[in-house]
Amino acid sequence: MSRRVPPVLLLFVLVPLLVEGFWVFWPALQGFWLALTNWDGVSAPRFVGAGNFARMIDDPVFHTAVTNTAIWLVLFGGLSAAGGLGLAVLLQKERRGVGIYRAALFVPVVFSLVATSLIWQVLYQPGWIFDSSPLADPGTALYAVLVPALWRQAGYVMVLYLAGLKGIDPGLHEAATLDGATAWQKFTHVTWPQLRSVNSVVLSVIVIDSLRSFDVVWSMTRGGPYHSSELLSTYMYSTAFQSLKLGYASALAVVIFVLAFGVIVTYLVRAFREN
Amino acid sequence: MSNRVFHVVAGTISVLWLLPIAAVIITAFRSFDDIAANGLAAVPQSFTLAGFADAWTNGGAGAMWNSVLVTVPTVFLSLALSSAAAYALSRFEIPGRRTVILLMLAGNLLPPQILLVPVSKLTELLGIYDTLFALVVVQVGFGLGFYTFVLQGFMRAMPNEVQEAATIDGAGPVQIFWRIVLPMTRPALAALAALAFTWIFNDLLWAITVLRSSSVMPVTPALLALQGQYVSNWNVIAAGSVIAAIPTVAVFLRFQRHFISGLAVGAVK
Repeated sequence: MSRRVPPVLLLFVLVPLLVEGFWVFWPALQGFWLALTNWDGVSAPRFVGAGNFARMIDDPVFHTAVTNTAIWLVLFGGLSAAGGLGLAVLLQKERRGVGIYRAALFVPVVFSLVATSLIWQVLYQPGWIFDSSPLADPGTALYAVLVPALWRQAGYVMVLYLAGLKGIDPGLHEAATLDGATAWQKFTHVTWPQLRSVNSVVLSVIVIDSLRSFDVVWSMTRGGPYHSSELLSTYMYSTAFQSLKLGYASALAVVIFVLAFGVIVTYLVRAFREN
Repeated sequence: MSNRVFHVVAGTISVLWLLPIAAVIITAFRSFDDIAANGLAAVPQSFTLAGFADAWTNGGAGAMWNSVLVTVPTVFLSLALSSAAAYALSRFEIPGRRTVILLMLAGNLLPPQILLVPVSKLTELLGIYDTLFALVVVQVGFGLGFYTFVLQGFMRAMPNEVQEAATIDGAGPVQIFWRIVLPMTRPALAALAALAFTWIFNDLLWAITVLRSSSVMPVTPALLALQGQYVSNWNVIAAGSVIAAIPTVAVFLRFQRHFISGLAVGAVK
């Protein structure tokens, strides 16, 4: 690494940093400030302190959104991690045809979530599998949205685990086989401990992705019917851009930030160590 | 697991996985009358491109062009700015370089929700609300941290000797960047370009935050509008979904290896 820093290189760093500062850090600070105000977007924001957060306590839609976000985190995160790992273990060995299977499972990952949700809306129409669309029933809407999201996410997690499995020394498996270990014993005693760092990456990815999930719900149900599939992200968006309660919406965004904070810090600490 | 059992299990899962796609492709080629008379799940009695024609002429073509106008400059600018930053941060003792790298990455990890209201207002204030330019700059700003982080890791792994030899030969830092470091970074740039292309092409949230008019909407938000416009015209909706998926599937098939390695390296999104 070069000790002397030519001035032109400071520009190399400063220009991107300023762009990100202007479009990310500065708006983020404003977002935290707006969470403490009431604002309709037209007149000046009015400072209300923690008022918006106090309002959440009595807001039934907020309660539904938090519960649904928790369900989403557990089911979307848990099932895509388990499914992705299972698929990766199944398809890890290089053999004839394995590339085609991997590609088949991966294809949905490149679709937009809007296209994904339209595909599944076609399937949910009465006649294929269901007599009436599960998206129209408040009791099933959230789960009907979850399935397409999982369909798309599992292939992605599979790729992460495939990369992790590739990094395991094959000698470990050979040694375990010589010792007479069963397939399950090899998985629990050799593979799983070796996947530690991949697991922590997958954990960060699924928590961040769960909290960011918006497109699939927005395109399938807009959070309805009767807020039954509302997530914090969709509630925040409709509060901001349809109800025009910009202060309350910013406070909801702060809640999402707080929930993501732990994972973000963990991720950064790991990045810092590797750096 | 024996070969036969493996192929039965993996084959069944793969077919199940592709079944929804097959169903939608078949629906896209049916006529409206056929679907209305026989139902969505019936054996097709028709084969027509009418659904594709409707989706394409009713906003599809314009939306695809808007997507090109957003995606190409965003990918190019993101990678240009982030590779410059990554070069300086990985090959020189920039004061506070670790802090800068992590700060930039942290910006990309923020939940976008915290930015939506201020960014929307900021574009109004600058007079660029409802323009494709706004969508480009917002997405460049938000993505930079991640691309910089990945690229600086890649550039740090390059041997020092190359840079030293070029310095002795009288090359300046910009020349070294342009002639030596950038060409050596090509695999990482290709991986990030393939990834960035799909992220930006598939984006919905930023588009509906800074755009309002249907005439400027890229493919992904336009698809949502198509759904509202063609309620229960399932052949048109299916055809629209197929059209919207073609560019990213094409990029994936063409750059499959780069794409997969990019996902594995990054793993933030």
